[in-house]
Amino acid sequence: MTPDTEVFVVQEITPNEAYEELQSSDAILIDTREPYEYVESHIDGANLIPPAMVADNIAEKVPDKSARVLVSCRSGVRSVTAAEVMMSMGYEDVASVAGGILEWQEQGLPVITSSALTAEQRDRYSRHTLLPEVGVDGQVKLLEAKVLLLGAGGLGAPTALYLAAAGIGKIGLVDDDIVDSSNLQRQVIHKTSTVGQSKTSSAREAIESLNPDVEVVEYNFRLDAGNILDVIGEYDIIVDGADNFPTRYLLNDASVRLKKPVVSASILSFDGQISTFMPYEGPCYRCLYPTPPPPELAPSCSENGVLGVMAGVMGLLQANEVMKLVLGIGEPLIGRLLLYEALGTRFTELKVRRDPACPICGPGAADVAESEMGQFPDYDAFCGGHVGS
Amino acid sequence: MPTVRIPPVLRQHADGATEVDANGATVGEVLQALVSQHPATREQLFSSGGDLNRFVNVYLNDEDVRVLDGLETSVKDSDTVMILPAMAGGQ
Repeated sequence: MTPDTEVFVVQEITPNEAYEELQSSDAILIDTREPYEYVESHIDGANLIPPAMVADNIAEKVPDKSARVLVSCRSGVRSVTAAEVMMSMGYEDVASVAGGILEWQEQGLPVITSSALTAEQRDRYSRHTLLPEVGVDGQVKLLEAKVLLLGAGGLGAPTALYLAAAGIGKIGLVDDDIVDSSNLQRQVIHKTSTVGQSKTSSAREAIESLNPDVEVVEYNFRLDAGNILDVIGEYDIIVDGADNFPTRYLLNDASVRLKKPVVSASILSFDGQISTFMPYEGPCYRCLYPTPPPPELAPSCSENGVLGVMAGVMGLLQANEVMKLVLGIGEPLIGRLLLYEALGTRFTELKVRRDPACPICGPGAADVAESEMGQFPDYDAFCGGHVGS
Repeated sequence: MPTVRIPPVLRQHADGATEVDANGATVGEVLQALVSQHPATREQLFSSGGDLNRFVNVYLNDEDVRVLDGLETSVKDSDTVMILPAMAGGQ
């Protein structure tokens, strides 16, 4: 056994020597820096083990204690410490790269930089790229994602702000309304100075001043059977914050046809609901609600009122679903309906099953002929003419 | 006694209650007990033929009674019956 007091003398080699060794032998390179430093630039083939993790993680990367191991860091200090730790664990052939990656680059040796992101983006999104679940690859996915928001109102406002901040590359906004002062109690993307302006242009201004990486597309009209397929076809994910049943059913039927996931939420007074509808993988909106309620059972926020923060809570739960879908991480609310009741601060989760008799996504639903695409029933009549505003 | 959770749109018909204790051995009996306490909820829940309205979802705890035995689903005292309406508010 090695006594605790043993002093290890760490061999140091120059970057050029290290480069030669890595080219011509099986030497393993350990990069002992923090993830954000690694993301910025690293030596090709380097295995990242942050300083605090060396003792725990080295055996996984280097099971053979007789293997030749080179250790580098930023300037050559942390790598000596890590090499000492490894030697104390019985690693026999460890060397530290003197001067670290700074000296390595100084000598003109090659490194891999996160060319997928600009320097400004590396800085802006560093709290994302630090997360192993996101990383640079995940941030690139976000920057390439196209998300359509139905409604730039209560739910759409917080969703749009956070998705824009997260660097979602393209955000479409569907709303034919104009900003009213009664909206400002909850629709935080709009401002007193934009009252009277279209909601889409008001939201665009806010998004563009928050994050110039985001392309905003305005759809300053209502979705109907004639235009919905063209609009949603452009996007990867649809976020439903519509204020009326005809649009919700229309969106469901169109999104199932085009196999687009829909993150759907609604709010009323102190209550909210959210679920993610993934066509054919889980239930659709019609599996959950086969028919809309009659108008007297379907009051809108303008008739009943809504606590402003409800829009924030539910809108951000929607944004969270979008993030998970884009990144392919976690468990989206597929087949689950989450209810939030604000006065009791109570969350309730219900199971939602695919309905075998669903006329839209059930096994009995006929394949839709090309000529039928875009042909939808008269939803306004179907929903009792109730169109909230 | 089983608890019935009342959704916002039905509370005006249930004297503002968010929860009601209602006795019954099945989901149907529990809902009938709710109706006898708050008669105004009847036409919101049931069609004139006595069937549950299609636009009303009823859950026993976290499961839709449609995938259980519907109104015949048996209910324990500790269960919660939830009436779930579709909501469209987004603005």
